[in-house]
Amino acid sequence: MLAGEAGSATPEYMAQLRQRFGLDQPVLVQLALYMKNMVALDLGFSFRYNMPVLTLILNRLGPTLLLMGVTLVLSVGAGVTLGILAASRAGSWRDTLISILALVSYATPLFWIGLMLVVVFSLKLDWLPTSGMETVAAFHEGWSRVLDIARHLILPAVTLSLFYMALYTRLMRAAMLEQAGMDYVTTARAKGLSEGRITLAHVVRNAVLPVVTVAGVQLGGLLGGSIVVESVFAWPGLGFLAFQALFARDFNLLLGIFFLSASLVVVVNLGVDLLYTFLDPRIQV
Amino acid sequence: MPGFWRRLLGNRSALIGLVILAVVGVTAAAAPVLFPGSPFRRVDRPFQPPFGAHLFGTDVLGRNVAAGLAHGARTSLMIGILATTVAVLVGTLIGATAGYYGGRLDDVLMRTTEFFQTIPTFLFAIILVAILAPSIRSIVIAIAVVSWPGVARLVRGEFLAMRHREFVHACIGLGMSDRRVIFRHVLPNCLSPIIVTGSLTVATAILIESALSFLGLGDPNVMSWGFMIGAGRTFLRTAWWLCTIPGMAILVTVLAINLLGEGLNDTLNPRLRNS
Repeated sequence: MLAGEAGSATPEYMAQLRQRFGLDQPVLVQLALYMKNMVALDLGFSFRYNMPVLTLILNRLGPTLLLMGVTLVLSVGAGVTLGILAASRAGSWRDTLISILALVSYATPLFWIGLMLVVVFSLKLDWLPTSGMETVAAFHEGWSRVLDIARHLILPAVTLSLFYMALYTRLMRAAMLEQAGMDYVTTARAKGLSEGRITLAHVVRNAVLPVVTVAGVQLGGLLGGSIVVESVFAWPGLGFLAFQALFARDFNLLLGIFFLSASLVVVVNLGVDLLYTFLDPRIQV
Repeated sequence: MPGFWRRLLGNRSALIGLVILAVVGVTAAAAPVLFPGSPFRRVDRPFQPPFGAHLFGTDVLGRNVAAGLAHGARTSLMIGILATTVAVLVGTLIGATAGYYGGRLDDVLMRTTEFFQTIPTFLFAIILVAILAPSIRSIVIAIAVVSWPGVARLVRGEFLAMRHREFVHACIGLGMSDRRVIFRHVLPNCLSPIIVTGSLTVATAILIESALSFLGLGDPNVMSWGFMIGAGRTFLRTAWWLCTIPGMAILVTVLAINLLGEGLNDTLNPRLRNS
């Protein structure tokens, strides 16, 4: 394929290419070699970018982590808050409204809501930039650069958050209602604590556990969602890189991203387990 | 099962979901009659706004958007249902085996399932479709591969809970074969959570399919909603409806399935209703 694009697909050149990339070896030998290199964190070479895959990935990791971090905070924060608001007056119009909102956000395709936000906020209202991570031509420095990136971050982060916010809202609401019937709540009430204090200090603390678990589990999903969102907003992160790799048929790069994200999920799950013991001291490591 | 249907239709969310789904289903079934010929065919000048000569206008190549929607409904529903069927079958089989036999077999099967679960779903689906070359079949396979672990874990949990019930011991004591116990006696008792999860899996499958075809990984010979959004994306500034309308179609369909799933859950597990 590479040769075809170079326009000189002579048999000699092809053979030379194959040998250089080890494609003349049997498939099993190739696999074994790839495994061996992977252990040493050598993820191979991207022929498209003429760069080792690892360097390429590390270059793009920053923007993705930024996007994911902001999304995580935003979705868990908004989801937990909405869940508390809905559960504290279960059955009221506020509860119904929040539940409908969650149900609709849960059913919305990420890329579509992203495009719609672009139509409204960038094209019609002209408040926010449509794509990219910063205005390169403006050469911002220091704080103005941070501000510029933040402005570019709003739309992708909100898009990616909506779906997860809906998920956490529903979970939080269910967990709050479940906890509200427990004995310790009755005890707290008998002690004469105010309802607000019971909710915030007792119920929320217990109800937030399942949300944390799911947030950890969903992190892999967040990475997948970021592919779509990053390619909608041309956010220069891992997801966008994966999207480009896909169309350049750069499988070494794609596999590298795949491997790295799977490892990331394992690490995060470990982190969630540790966070558990902090949130609920009854659980032993 | 008349009691079941009465309760299901008495459930508000299930009723709304069923009605919307029926409309989508009828549109999908009637697509060749309503809009004969290929949905890729040119019918008029490009970029006609909606509610003019054509209900939803025309796109960049003068294709009828309404025709695309109707034909896209076929694709979405078919892929959603096929992929879910495969995922539920595989998941049930593996979960049932693991839960029923336990021990080493359970360990092996569950570690495999967990292995599949750690891999980021959407990325995995993308890679599978890219390797298998985009077609309806490879999309169905990819969605099924990423969806079965959830079902397997659920079914295993149910089987573990049933495994040491008295009726199972009685069956074994009567000398029934394992296969008969699993399929005739334990499985029917676990059916309701499987149905509920299955209905929600259809919704996820449709969302994954639309995202895949939005990225350009759909079957190039079949019209689909995600493809329409992807194709209209470049003209967002001049013709926003090209993206908005198919997106609404996805939103409404997925919402309907979720509503139906919730209604099924309430109907099939009345005990869980108040929790």
